[in-house]
Amino acid sequence: MSDIAISVEHVSKSFKLPHEKATGIKQAIIHFRPGKKYEMQHVLKDISFEIKKGEFFGIVGRNGSGKSTLLKLLAQIYTPNQGGIKVNGSLTPFIELGVGFNPELTGRENVFLNGALLGFDRREIEAMYDDIVSFAEIERFMDLKLKNYSSGMQVRLAFSIAIRAKTNILLIDEVLAVGDTAFQQKCFSYFEELKRGNTTVVLVTHDMSAVSRFCTRALILENGKIKDIGRPEDIADVYTLDNVQSAPDTEDHGLSKLHAIQAEISQRTAENVTLEAKYSAQDSDPMYVGIAVLRNGISVAEITTSLQNTLVGKGKVSYVLDTTLFNSGVYTIGVALFKLKDRELVAIAKRKLDFVVKGADKTRGAALRLADTWRYEKVNGD
Amino acid sequence: MDVRRIFSHRNRALLRELVVTDFKLRYQGSALGYLWSLFRPLFLFGILLAVFGFILKVGSNIEHYPIYLLLGIVLWNFFVEATNNGLHSILNRGDLIRKINFPKYIIVVSGTISALINLGISLIVVAIFMLFSGIELRPVALAFPLIIIELYVFALALAFFLSALYVKYRDITYIWELIMQAAFYATPILYPLSLVSAKSAIIAKLMLLNPMAQMVQDARYILVTPQTDTLIKLSHNRLAIAIPALIVITTVVVAGYYFKKSSGFFAEDV
Repeated sequence: MSDIAISVEHVSKSFKLPHEKATGIKQAIIHFRPGKKYEMQHVLKDISFEIKKGEFFGIVGRNGSGKSTLLKLLAQIYTPNQGGIKVNGSLTPFIELGVGFNPELTGRENVFLNGALLGFDRREIEAMYDDIVSFAEIERFMDLKLKNYSSGMQVRLAFSIAIRAKTNILLIDEVLAVGDTAFQQKCFSYFEELKRGNTTVVLVTHDMSAVSRFCTRALILENGKIKDIGRPEDIADVYTLDNVQSAPDTEDHGLSKLHAIQAEISQRTAENVTLEAKYSAQDSDPMYVGIAVLRNGISVAEITTSLQNTLVGKGKVSYVLDTTLFNSGVYTIGVALFKLKDRELVAIAKRKLDFVVKGADKTRGAALRLADTWRYEKVNGD
Repeated sequence: MDVRRIFSHRNRALLRELVVTDFKLRYQGSALGYLWSLFRPLFLFGILLAVFGFILKVGSNIEHYPIYLLLGIVLWNFFVEATNNGLHSILNRGDLIRKINFPKYIIVVSGTISALINLGISLIVVAIFMLFSGIELRPVALAFPLIIIELYVFALALAFFLSALYVKYRDITYIWELIMQAAFYATPILYPLSLVSAKSAIIAKLMLLNPMAQMVQDARYILVTPQTDTLIKLSHNRLAIAIPALIVITTVVVAGYYFKKSSGFFAEDV
C-alpha cells in the first residue's frame, strides 16, 4: 500500500467564459460565427503535489487564486482539462454543509437525504439518528420543516451529520466561516479529533490561525500556480505578507482637518526597527502619539508617548521597537495621533508599516515571546 | 461502466432517498395527497367514456374502445412524464452536482422512477376497469411486462439524452414539448389505426415503425382486444418488424454515450 492519499499531476483547469452565454439554440445560431466566441479563463496552471496519508493539509490563497476550483477538482466534482488526480481511499467533500437540504422537508427527512448523499444507507442513519439529533441540540424540532429552522439550527444539524462520515479523506471548505463562537469551538474540537486520528484532511481556508494550529503542511496558490508549499507557519506568513503588501494604504479617515501624522520605518536591524512619526496640528491642544503592533488584524502590543510629556504643534517622535519580543510571523504597525483631552483620535498614519520575524518558535504561534527566566529546582520525593 | 458499481449498495440507498423525496414533495400540502395519482386516470376514463361512448362515434367497431383508449393514453402519459422529468432532472439538481460528486445517472433514474410509480397506479385503474368490462385475459397477456420494459428502457434512454442536452441548450424543453405534441397525433392513440389504413396502408405501416405506436398497439392487442392492428399483423417483412426495437437500441447506445461524455462537465455547465 502506498502512503499517498491524493496525488495531483500536472493538473490544469480552465473555464470557457462566453461573452454572451449561448444557452439557447437561437443564440447558438444567430451568434454563430467562426472563430473565438468565448474567453478562456485559466484558473489552474500545471499544478502538481502530493498529500500523504494522515496529513492535515491546508490550501490557502487570496480570492480568485483558484483554491476553490482545486478543491472541486480534488472532490471530483470538476474534471481537469489536463493532467490527472489520483485518490487513494474513500473521499468525502464538505464544500458546503447540508448538501441537498430541502426546506420543505422535516429535519428528520433531511437527515436521511443528506446522509444518503454522504454515503449512508437507511439502517446506518437510523442507528446514529439519536446521536445526530442530540449533538445538534434540536431534539424538539425534528418534525418541523427545515424552513422553520433558524440558520444556526440548520448548520448544527448539518454539521452533526457531516462529522459522522466514515471516510479516509475529508475535504473541507471554509466550514469555519459560519456559525457563532460556540459552533466554531465544536468545529475546532472536531478538527483536533481528526488530527489525532488517521484521517487525511484537506482544509481550504482564509483563517491563518487555523492553518498554523491544525495543519501539518500547507500550500499557497497565487494566480493558479503553487507559490509555496511547506510548513504551515511559513505558508501563513507568506499569505499574511501578501495581503499586507497588496492591501491599499489606509484611507484618510477625515478625522480632523487640523491634524496630520506621517510615519515610516527609518532603520531595520536584526533586533529592532526604528519608527519615525511626524505630526502637525493647527491648534495648540496637547496631544500624544500611540503605536500598535498588529498580527492578523489584532493588536498584540501597544505603547504611547509619555502623557506627562505632551506634544503641541509640529514635531517628530521616534521609537525603537525591539522585535526580539515577538515570535515569528508578519506584523503591521499602526501609528495614530490623539488629543489628550478625552483621548480623542485625530489622525491615523496612512502608510502601512510592517516587519517580519523569522526563526523557529517553540510555541504554537502566540505573538509575544516571553523571556527565558525559568528557574529549575529538584524536589526529592520519597 | 462497471455494472456492479451502478447497483452498489450506496448508490441504491441514494436513489431510494431521491425517489422518496420526490414523492413526498410532489403532493405536499394537498389534502388528498397520493390519491390524486389515482384520481387522474379515473377522471380521464370518465371523460373518454362520455366523449367516445356517446358523442364521437370513432372506433365504435372496436370492442371495449374506452379501455382501449385509456390503456393507450396511460402508456403515452408515462412516456411524456418520464422524458419530461428526466429532461429537467440534471438542471433541477444543479445545487447538488456543484457540491458533491456522485453518479449523475442516479438523478435521471430517480426522475423516471416517480413516473414509473404513477404508471403502476394508473395500470391498477386500467386493470379494475378491465375486470368490470368482462375482458377475458388470454395467455398472450403474459407478454405485457416485456412491453413495459421496452417502454421504460426507451423513455429512460431519451431522458438521459435530453437531460444532458438540456444542460447545454435551454431551448430543448420547448422543442421537446412541440415534438411530443406532434408525436401524440402521429401515434394512433385517440383514433383507431384502421382510419389511417382506409386511406393508405403504407402510411399506417410507417406509423407503426415508431416504437411508441408499436408498444401501444401491442399492449392493446395483448390486453384488450385482438382486433387491434399491430405491426406484426400488418407487415410480413421480418426486418420491418425489428425496426422499432432497433430504434430503441440505437437510442440507448447514443444516449448512453452522450450522457457519459458530458456528465463530467455538468458541474461547471449547470
